[in-house]
Amino acid sequence: MILDEKLEAHNLTRDEYDTIVSKLGREPNDNELGLFSVMWSEHCSYKSSRVHLKRLPTKGPNVLQGPGENAGVVDIGEGLAAVFKVESHNHPSFIEPFQGAATGVGGIIRDIFTMGARPIALMNSLRFGPLSVAKNRSILRGAVAGIANYGNSMGIPTVGGEVVFEDSYNLNPLVNAFCLGIAPKERIFLAAAEGVGNPVFYVGAKTGKDGIHGATMASAEFDEAAEEKRPTVQVGDPFMEKLLLEACLELMESDALVAIQDMGAAGLTCSTCEMGARGGMGIEIDLDKVPKRETGMSAYEILLSESQERMLLVAHAGKEAKVEAIFDKWDLDASAIGRVTEDGLLRVIADGRTVASVPNRYLADEGPVYERALERPASFATQTEVHADDVDEPSDLGETLVQMLSSHTIASKHWIYEQYDHMVRSNTIVMPGSDAGVVRIKGTPMALAMCLDGNGRYASLDPYLGGASAVAESCRNLAAVGATPIGATNCLNFGNPEKPEIMWQFSQAVDGIRDACERFGVPITGGNVSFYNETEGVGIYPTPVIGVVGIIDDATKCVRHHFQQPGDLIYLLGETHDELGASEYLKAVHARIDGRPPRLDLDVEAALHGLMKDATSQRLLRSAHDLSDGGLGIAIAESLFGPLGETMGAAVAIEAPRRADGVLFSETQSRILASVAPESVDTLSALAERHGVPLSRIGVTGGERLDIQINGTHAISEMVATLRETWWTAIERGLSS
Amino acid sequence: MPRFAVCVFPGSNCEEDVQYALQNVLGELAELVWHKESSLAGYDAAILPGGFAHGDYLRVGAIARFSPIMDAVRAMADDGKPVIGICNGFQMLQEAGLLPGAMLRNQTLTYICRYLYLRAERADSPMTQTLANGEIVRIPIGHADGNFYADDETLDTLERDSRVVFRYVNEAGERDESSNPNGAAHAIAGITNEQGNVVGLMPHPDRCYEPELGTDDGRKLFESLVAWTKDHA
Repeated sequence: MILDEKLEAHNLTRDEYDTIVSKLGREPNDNELGLFSVMWSEHCSYKSSRVHLKRLPTKGPNVLQGPGENAGVVDIGEGLAAVFKVESHNHPSFIEPFQGAATGVGGIIRDIFTMGARPIALMNSLRFGPLSVAKNRSILRGAVAGIANYGNSMGIPTVGGEVVFEDSYNLNPLVNAFCLGIAPKERIFLAAAEGVGNPVFYVGAKTGKDGIHGATMASAEFDEAAEEKRPTVQVGDPFMEKLLLEACLELMESDALVAIQDMGAAGLTCSTCEMGARGGMGIEIDLDKVPKRETGMSAYEILLSESQERMLLVAHAGKEAKVEAIFDKWDLDASAIGRVTEDGLLRVIADGRTVASVPNRYLADEGPVYERALERPASFATQTEVHADDVDEPSDLGETLVQMLSSHTIASKHWIYEQYDHMVRSNTIVMPGSDAGVVRIKGTPMALAMCLDGNGRYASLDPYLGGASAVAESCRNLAAVGATPIGATNCLNFGNPEKPEIMWQFSQAVDGIRDACERFGVPITGGNVSFYNETEGVGIYPTPVIGVVGIIDDATKCVRHHFQQPGDLIYLLGETHDELGASEYLKAVHARIDGRPPRLDLDVEAALHGLMKDATSQRLLRSAHDLSDGGLGIAIAESLFGPLGETMGAAVAIEAPRRADGVLFSETQSRILASVAPESVDTLSALAERHGVPLSRIGVTGGERLDIQINGTHAISEMVATLRETWWTAIERGLSS
Repeated sequence: MPRFAVCVFPGSNCEEDVQYALQNVLGELAELVWHKESSLAGYDAAILPGGFAHGDYLRVGAIARFSPIMDAVRAMADDGKPVIGICNGFQMLQEAGLLPGAMLRNQTLTYICRYLYLRAERADSPMTQTLANGEIVRIPIGHADGNFYADDETLDTLERDSRVVFRYVNEAGERDESSNPNGAAHAIAGITNEQGNVVGLMPHPDRCYEPELGTDDGRKLFESLVAWTKDHA
């Protein structure tokens, strides 16, 4: 193969190749070229994003481990640490939805237990094209079944997430998986190889020819030949991973372990050179000792295989028998395949010959870094605000509400989350479908709340605002359940970074995330960037997804989103403006996707969080629900529906200087809908005044109907049961179309 | 004080929930026992918890029944001691021949995790002793294979001998299609053996033993187990 073809096959540029040659002082052999190809891929090296990610705040008083390890670690008190991260598996989930999504879950779970944590909760953020397209229906079915299969078999509850439908994700779904684990604070394991002569073990599943060049595949766009890339998708074995999880946690209780890293993207190559580079050491491995599923695998294939459910670990010399005994109990392979050396080299032996020899840091730390061109798209300046008066007024707002509740983005996601085991471990105290997932921590009074949020439509129209809003909405969701944010992780899903307009979106989104995280005091402790989300040259909406984790000191103070008692008073916390730009209403009812997304004032948002913190800790709220897609109208409707099928009506009357559809469906940020027992009203009013948050009483709970009056005129009067039926069944109806 | 053995298979994942319900909520003594053990001497009851033993790659419960612990479980059942299978544990008891029938894939062809209503069909089994006959409880399921199947003769026997312990019903206690999403024959959620000491049930009392988990109806089932075990010690 001539050099140009070889480089193209490895997705390396001529400049990158020249850098490799000058670093090595020689031409790389084919194995070494493969190593550079995966380690310098966008997916592993972050070569386009690195200069921007540096701007994110990553430090905080509770941060025990920021970005750069397998996952972030935050102190949660009681001697415990929360370990969490979100990661994308978009490309594989398009090529093979079931296995692509399943192995995304498997990969993020490994990242968590690698750090010594017992995984206790999963979430996922999913985006699909419209269900009217048959292929999107099959992608949805496959991805959901894959996520369910892996998470359920692992015995880790999937407690929340989000699912969004937009044309933009047609044939380019996004599958972002999040996992959170708990570890003793003093016993976090890192992935830095140490101690010359210490043995390097390979544990878990055998290596096969699957997923070769998966990381490189994920670093390029799709074209009509995407289907042919199916062999680059790995195949998951959750049972193997369950055994691996239990064996690794047992090993971590012993004194045999020095360092451990999972084999994810770029498999054996990535784990070896990263562990070596982090510890400033060399690692020598003998491929003849690697357990293999099939014969006749070349060194190149063994190095680049992305077979799942494998870990690399460094043990203390002399404790080999202990490692072997633990893995033997779980009927798993544990093979000593090499040792830590002092020369800083990744040296690979096969058939007694050295087949690759490269300094670890060249591969792991010294990949190319690009400051790619940025260019603001011309369309950005033309976006203007959209007000109620700019669209036709619906003649029947009850019908409009039904139409909105049928929108797949707003409709109940029970068809999806009921396929996920969300109750195993018996800690789930808020069911999926609420503002945030909440799990109690047994043996302590506290609970952890978590959510994933992003709004690609906002980000496409204003990427800075899209980034900042994702953080604000996540933190608001946590505020709604009574939690205080302690740390965040991000998954940045974008198009081709070589296009200046995409890179501008990325840079803007990062700035938005930075500003919001700084204002709310929430550090980013890790995450993932997914570029090249393009099919046939068309990019997805820029989609920054933020996962925030928060603490509820006293789990009994956790607040649910739905109305609890008849006769409670309904309050809107925050102010409503006439902001229909980029709204779900504009899209679902008027078929328009344009306009300026709702403004975000970080100080106003922070004041709301402050009020919620005090109100929830004083138990003043019977229910609280974040306002987002669909605005007040949808928040009211969703508050009528409890997670176990219970319902409650409400009578609402609102005075506002604007049209009813503007009142109900404006997506003004920084608002929460709450219900309050009459006796708590005075205390809440005083608190709101102190925090400078406008408070308006808009109704009372009870009955079997939803009645809404606006400016003295009847707007909506519907049976709750009818509204719920529409909302509950919309996705099933969409799937059977 | 009775000792409860919670048998752990590779791939089990509800063992800690069962142990917590018995030990931390009810104050009983419950220990985890690894499947490679061959004796349950000293235990008064055995529980096979939910999960995906051996990955359920072959047929649910089909490999677990060959584990060394299963001989000890069978001996306990023969001794008249309570043996309880929850979800995957129920499937293992079927594969081991300790309970009749088999579990087919849910009629939806999907995993279903959802709170359902159950009606206690007899109030003298190890899992229903503290319930009233016909009492309705709300307990979640979490399985892909809970579509109980048996031939007509077996179903007739189960009904005639009152060996159905729980049935899926609606809130009012009546059988209907939407209350039985996995499609189980005769809406069967739990059954017992001829002697009445072995019970298998698909729903998870180990997920609803405290109100903040949704309901605490599962607690009543564990209280039954404790009471029955003490009465039959």
